[in-house]
Amino acid sequence: MSAVSDLHHDDHHHDQPKGLTRWLTTTNHKDIGSMYLIFSFLMFLVGGVMALTIRAELFQPGLQFVKPEFFNQMTTLHGLIMVFGAIMPAAVGFANWMIPMLIGASDMAFARMNNWSFWLLVAGASLLVMSLFMPGGAPAAGWTFYPPLSVQGGMGVDFMILSVHILGISSIMGSINIIVTVLNMRAPGMTLMKMPMFCWTWLITAYLLIAVLPVLAGCVTMLLMDRHFGTSFFNAAGGGDPVMFQHIFWFFGHPEVYIIILPAFGIISQVLPVFSRKPLFGYHSMVYATGGIASMSFMVWAHHMFDTGMPAIGQLYFMYATMLIAVPTGVKVFNWLATMWRGAITFETPMLFAIGFLILFTLGGFTGLILSVAAVDIQLHDTYYVVAHFHYVMVAGALFSFFSGAYYWLPKWTGRMYSETLGKVHFWASMIFFNLTFFVQHFLGLAGMPRRIPDYPLQFADFNMISSIGAFGFGLSQLIFVWVVIRCLQGKGKAAPASPWESAETLEWTVPSPAPHHTFEVAPIVK
Amino acid sequence: MRQNRGWGGKGLLASALALCPWLAWAEYATNFQTPQSPIARQIYDLHMIILYICVAICVVVFGVLFYSLYAHRKSRGVKAAQFHESLTVEVIWTIIPFIILVLMAIPATKTILDMKDTSRPDMTIKVTGYQWKWHYEYINEEIGFFSTLKTTLAEIENRAQKQERYLLDVDNPLVVPVGKKVRVLLTANDVIHAWFVPALGVKQSTIPGFIRDTWFLAEKEGIYRGQCAELCGKDHAYMPIVVKVVSNTEYTAWIADQRKKLAAQQDDPNKVFAKEELITRGEKVYTANCAACHQANGKGGNGIPALDGSPVVRGAKAEQQTVLLKGRNGKMPAWAQLSNADLAAVMTYTRNSWGNSTGEVIQPKEFQEHRKTLGL
Repeated sequence: MSAVSDLHHDDHHHDQPKGLTRWLTTTNHKDIGSMYLIFSFLMFLVGGVMALTIRAELFQPGLQFVKPEFFNQMTTLHGLIMVFGAIMPAAVGFANWMIPMLIGASDMAFARMNNWSFWLLVAGASLLVMSLFMPGGAPAAGWTFYPPLSVQGGMGVDFMILSVHILGISSIMGSINIIVTVLNMRAPGMTLMKMPMFCWTWLITAYLLIAVLPVLAGCVTMLLMDRHFGTSFFNAAGGGDPVMFQHIFWFFGHPEVYIIILPAFGIISQVLPVFSRKPLFGYHSMVYATGGIASMSFMVWAHHMFDTGMPAIGQLYFMYATMLIAVPTGVKVFNWLATMWRGAITFETPMLFAIGFLILFTLGGFTGLILSVAAVDIQLHDTYYVVAHFHYVMVAGALFSFFSGAYYWLPKWTGRMYSETLGKVHFWASMIFFNLTFFVQHFLGLAGMPRRIPDYPLQFADFNMISSIGAFGFGLSQLIFVWVVIRCLQGKGKAAPASPWESAETLEWTVPSPAPHHTFEVAPIVK
Repeated sequence: MRQNRGWGGKGLLASALALCPWLAWAEYATNFQTPQSPIARQIYDLHMIILYICVAICVVVFGVLFYSLYAHRKSRGVKAAQFHESLTVEVIWTIIPFIILVLMAIPATKTILDMKDTSRPDMTIKVTGYQWKWHYEYINEEIGFFSTLKTTLAEIENRAQKQERYLLDVDNPLVVPVGKKVRVLLTANDVIHAWFVPALGVKQSTIPGFIRDTWFLAEKEGIYRGQCAELCGKDHAYMPIVVKVVSNTEYTAWIADQRKKLAAQQDDPNKVFAKEELITRGEKVYTANCAACHQANGKGGNGIPALDGSPVVRGAKAEQQTVLLKGRNGKMPAWAQLSNADLAAVMTYTRNSWGNSTGEVIQPKEFQEHRKTLGL
């Protein structure tokens, strides 16, 4: 008898908490997804303000606005916040909202753990920001915090170490959740090889996260012990080796690059077919290529360290292995091109961002190929060329694809069509200012301008000025997106039908817009 | 052969210039610096080959993309095809990139093996990175000196006109003979730095506690400039590298000159200095070594303790001597590499400057003895 009434009770949620308690205690994948997305966007703005501080200082040679020590704190926190606070959580936000709906599941597998992993993210990211207010300031040894420099830092470094631990736990819990959800909760009939590409790329990403985050945790723990407990893991005087830190860090750091980009690949693989009105080309080879990229990411870490002076044989191995990654990555790009080929293409905002992604990510891939050649890398390592390269794959890669996904799913999330005009202005402004900011940095790097400097010789002045102008334009353009989303949340704009896109076929478009609080309580049957 | 290619390049450039005049500035600003060593030239050529391959692939890929964006628009009334697999093309576009990669790897391998070949050098120099300056030691010549930034604080803080060589000038450049294979041994005193001279094709991290090596051979006399390339703390931007390449005769003369200077600088260990003499000398030592952190006014800041009013500076001599010789808490480096006279001078200076007025005079002999006590 009581079991029945419990069931009845669960079905209706009459006692669902309201206000702040609702968000603190929610176990609903849509609520948690929204919180992830909003929080990551806030951190994106925080990291963005830091980037603009950097660019303001670099607008002209000489010191104008900040001191070198604060400049170093800005470059460090900008990197850490963007990687751990903005891009990764945004990808988890997409996963939370979309994976259950794409596979026809009612929620994530571990709903309470889902809530916990979000609030750990907030705690971890707050520690990172709080480090700014510690004596000695925030960590200032770069987002890669190489010792011995990071051993010299003040209490801010310890805040960063704890923050990395907490963010790592949060990510691991999120990953376990995603793996279990994808493997166990697919609707009847949806075999793994029928799953939307986004679920595949996230499934593989989740395995990468579980594999490498413990490595990072070990790495920062050793750093903590070197700082406070008299160990010498990274101190030659005590029998350690500073370069060992770099090996361990990049054993995490290189797969991390793919952790950031694979969910982005997934979103692009959802968006391109819809707006080309044609199925994704080479689904199977896309899955294999994703798996291939993920496994190879474990074998190439030392290409971040060619200038540390490893033996020739080491350089050759890491160079060959790195070059090989171009093959599966190329397969992906070719498949996307073939998806569009002889389709019937329209240019709504999600498609524009996807095409922007395709062009700029390909350029970033080419500079990556140039950097893979160890001899050339040694000349370009730690110059602005590298800065340009990774912003092409992180900003134009990950961020553009997230915008693409956000515009694509906004109607489903909010029940309102976004303003197509504003969306297009946002795209073109981002596209133009992004290239203004980062394309010229290739030239700075080729000419030999080192990265992470607050002041530079006069021959670098012109391109730095252009880059700074671009950066401010890019930063301001992102406010258009805030406006677009707020309009949708206010209920302005056309009401969205269940499926606003002509040829979208995935399961999320079979439920009404906005998606009801609970979807697929009865699993759909996939043929 | 090289001559021919050079002329071909110039012809191409001239025709490009005729078409788009703005390319005129592109030659020096948008590519590697003009290579001045065999390795730098190999790197330059390798980069050009790969760049051209990438540009060619870009043209094809973007050509297909833009054609598709133009021709396969829904607004032109096309109907979408529904194909979604073709084993043939997928195998082709896996194999072709692989072949291109193998072709690129061949010249790349050769360059790497050449870069790594530090055998049979004509001379060897040891480079040590310090926060934030370089130390050069000519092995077998018994010459060594520090090389620090010449740009003034007024220029950096925009209170004075910036010189043409802003941030790229040092007091003592590294001097090497032209056409000689120079092996460079690199290490660091405190944190990781990187010794980077683009035109000579050298970049190598300097790792505290380890020695790495690399080499270069400058083909032309001249001055080549670079900067530290590994984040090493607050003044990372302010430790440039200047390599002055001179003829063999000039080099021999320079070496002799340096030896004379060093001999003149040798202080008699038992010499007793006057207080004013020590303070004047100490101020120079302080500016070159201490002011970067403790500031010229001795006030420190940003977690660096002030020397003005410091109990260590005003207290017992032995404690300050130990801090100077052995460093403290991982942040204050050890300065044992300075001479006893310099240490005595800088200690006298700190004890009689700003608000400190102990009136004490420290003689070099006291440091000689203190080194023994510490077992240094």
